[in-house]
Amino acid sequence: MKRILLIVAVVALYVLHQDFWFWRKGHLVFGFIPIGLFYQGCFSIAAALLMWLLVKQAWPVHLEQEIERESEEDHTH
Amino acid sequence: MIPAIFVFLYLAAVLYIGIFAFRRARGREEAEDYFLASRSLGPFVFLFSLFGTNMTAFAILGSSGHAFQNGIVTFGLMASSSGLVIPLTIFFIGTRVWALGKKYGFMTPVQMFRDRWECSHIGTAIFVVQSVLLVPYIIIGIMGGGTTLNVISGGVVPYWFGGALVALVVMGYVFFGGMRGTAWVNTFQTILFLSFGLAAILVIGAGMGGFQSAAHAMINSPALAPLLTRERISPYYFFSYTFIPLSAIAFPHILIFCLTAEKMKHFKKTVIFYPLCILAIWLPCVFLGVMANRVTDVPEIRAKQEARRVLATQGKNMTPDQRDELRDKASGDDVIMLLLQRYAPLWLAGILGAGIMAAVMASDSQILALSTMFTEDVFAFYGAKERFGEAVQVNTGRLFIVLITIVAYSVALRAPETIFELAIQYAFSGFAALSPLLVAALFWKGSTKWGAFAVTVWVAFSVLAVALFQHFVPAPAPGPSVVFGKLGGWEVLSRTPGGTAIFGFMPVVPMVIISTLLMWFVSLATRKPSQPTIAKYF
Repeated sequence: MKRILLIVAVVALYVLHQDFWFWRKGHLVFGFIPIGLFYQGCFSIAAALLMWLLVKQAWPVHLEQEIERESEEDHTH
Repeated sequence: MIPAIFVFLYLAAVLYIGIFAFRRARGREEAEDYFLASRSLGPFVFLFSLFGTNMTAFAILGSSGHAFQNGIVTFGLMASSSGLVIPLTIFFIGTRVWALGKKYGFMTPVQMFRDRWECSHIGTAIFVVQSVLLVPYIIIGIMGGGTTLNVISGGVVPYWFGGALVALVVMGYVFFGGMRGTAWVNTFQTILFLSFGLAAILVIGAGMGGFQSAAHAMINSPALAPLLTRERISPYYFFSYTFIPLSAIAFPHILIFCLTAEKMKHFKKTVIFYPLCILAIWLPCVFLGVMANRVTDVPEIRAKQEARRVLATQGKNMTPDQRDELRDKASGDDVIMLLLQRYAPLWLAGILGAGIMAAVMASDSQILALSTMFTEDVFAFYGAKERFGEAVQVNTGRLFIVLITIVAYSVALRAPETIFELAIQYAFSGFAALSPLLVAALFWKGSTKWGAFAVTVWVAFSVLAVALFQHFVPAPAPGPSVVFGKLGGWEVLSRTPGGTAIFGFMPVVPMVIISTLLMWFVSLATRKPSQPTIAKYF
C-alpha cells in the first residue's frame, strides 16, 4: 500500500508539472513574479518534499546493509 | 579589466585546489584513487560536486538567454522538470550503481554492462557512442571560457588566449588532482554559482529600481506580455522536455560520480536538495533574463530586441543565412553579463564574473570521465593494465587528458560555436535514449546484450538522422513549421524554428520510446545471460 501511494505521488507530481491551468495567465504574484514562474518555483519545492518522502519511506535499506555487512567482513579478514 | 582580474584569481584558486588534491594523494598511483577518489567523498562534497558537474554554462548564461527570448517557460521546460526527474533517477539508478560498484569494483558504466550482459565488443560499441556524444561538451566548455573572459575583460583578453587559459587550468587540476581535485573544484564552483543567483538578483533589482514597475510595464505591452506566460510554447513541446533530464543519469561523468560516494546514505542529501539547488540557480537567472526585456538603456540589449523584431516580421522573405545571422544577433546568452556590466559595481561584477566562469568550466568532469572510460574500457579491458601495471594505466589516463584538451582547443579555435551548440542538443536526446540500458540492466532479469546493442545502434542512427535533417532543411522564420507529411490531422515530421518535431513532439520522445521497445523485443527474442550472472544482480 505504501509503495502504491508513493507511485501515485510521483505520477501526480509529474502531471502537476504540465501546469496547463496557468498556460495563458500572466498575472503577477507579490506584484512582480508571473504566476507561471511562481507555480513552477513552488513545484520545485514540492519535488524536494517528495524526494524527502521517498528517502524516508522507500530507501533501499537492503542494498545499504548488504554493502556494510560485506565491508565489515572485509575488515575482520 | 578589473572584473577579469577577479576571474584570474579564481582560476589560480581552482588550479591550486587541484594541486593540493595531488599532494593529498601522496604519490598513490592506484586507478581507483585517481579516477574515483578511492570512493571516499563525504556527503557535502558529494552533493555539491555531483550537482556542479551537471550544471554547465547553460545554467547561468544559456538559461537567462533562453528566457530573454522565450520568457518564463524556460524554468518549467528545463529547471523544474530536471528538479523532479534527475533526483528520481539518482534515487533509483544511482544508488544501485553505487552498490554494484562497491561490490564488484566497477569504475565505468561499460564495465557494468559487460559484466551484466556477458559481452565484450558490444561494451566497446557503447563506449564509442558515449564518447562521441560527450566530446562536444568539452569543446563548448573551452569556447565558453574564451568568450566569457573576452566579454568580462571588455575585449582586452582575446578569445584564443581566454580559451587557452581555461583549457590549461582545467587540464591542470584534472591532470594533477584526478577525481579528488575535480570534486573539490566542483564543490567550490557550486558554492560560487549558488551564491551568484541571489547576489545578481539583489544587485540588478536595486539597479533597476525594483522589478514591480518593469513587470507591470511588460504585462501591459502586447509585444512583451507573452513572455510572462507560456502561450507561445506548445503543450507537446513542453511535455517532451520532461524526457530530456533522463539524459543526466546516462551521462558517463554523472554515473561515474555516483561511484565516488563513501557511503550510500550520502545520496540522501543529494536527492533531497537537488531540486532546491536547481531552484536557487535557475529561478533568478530566468527571471533576470525575462526582465532584461524592459532594460531600455543598454544599447546591446536593444539591438537584440530589434533583431528579434526584424526576424519575426521580415524573416519569411529572408535567406536561411540571413535568418541565422539575425538569430545570432538576437541571441541572449550574454544578456546577464550585460546586466551586470550596467548595474553592478566593478568589483562585484568581477566576483559575479568568477561565478559565471565556474559554470562555464564544467567540462572538467567530462574530460576525466573520458579518460577513465578510455583507460578502463579500452586500455585495461584489452589487456594493457595486466601487461604494464596500474601506474602506467594512471599515467596513460593523464596523457589522454592532455591529448583530449589539445584536440578540443584546436577544434574550438577553428569551428563555429553554433555547430557544437547543436551537437549538444542532439547529445542530450542521445543520452536520454540510452537511459533504457540502465533501467534494463538493473531492473529486468530478461534483458540481453543484443537488446543493449539494438539500443546503442538506434541511438547512433537517430542522433545522426536528426542532425542531418536539421542540416539539410534550414530552420524557418518564426511562425509556421515546414511540414513533411500529415497523418489524420497530425504533422508527421516538421522542421520548426527551434529544431525538429515528430507528431508535434521533440525527437527525444520517439527516441526514448523506440529505445525501450527495442530493448524489450530484442531481449525477448535472444538468449539471456547465464544464471550465475543474473544471480549477481537480482
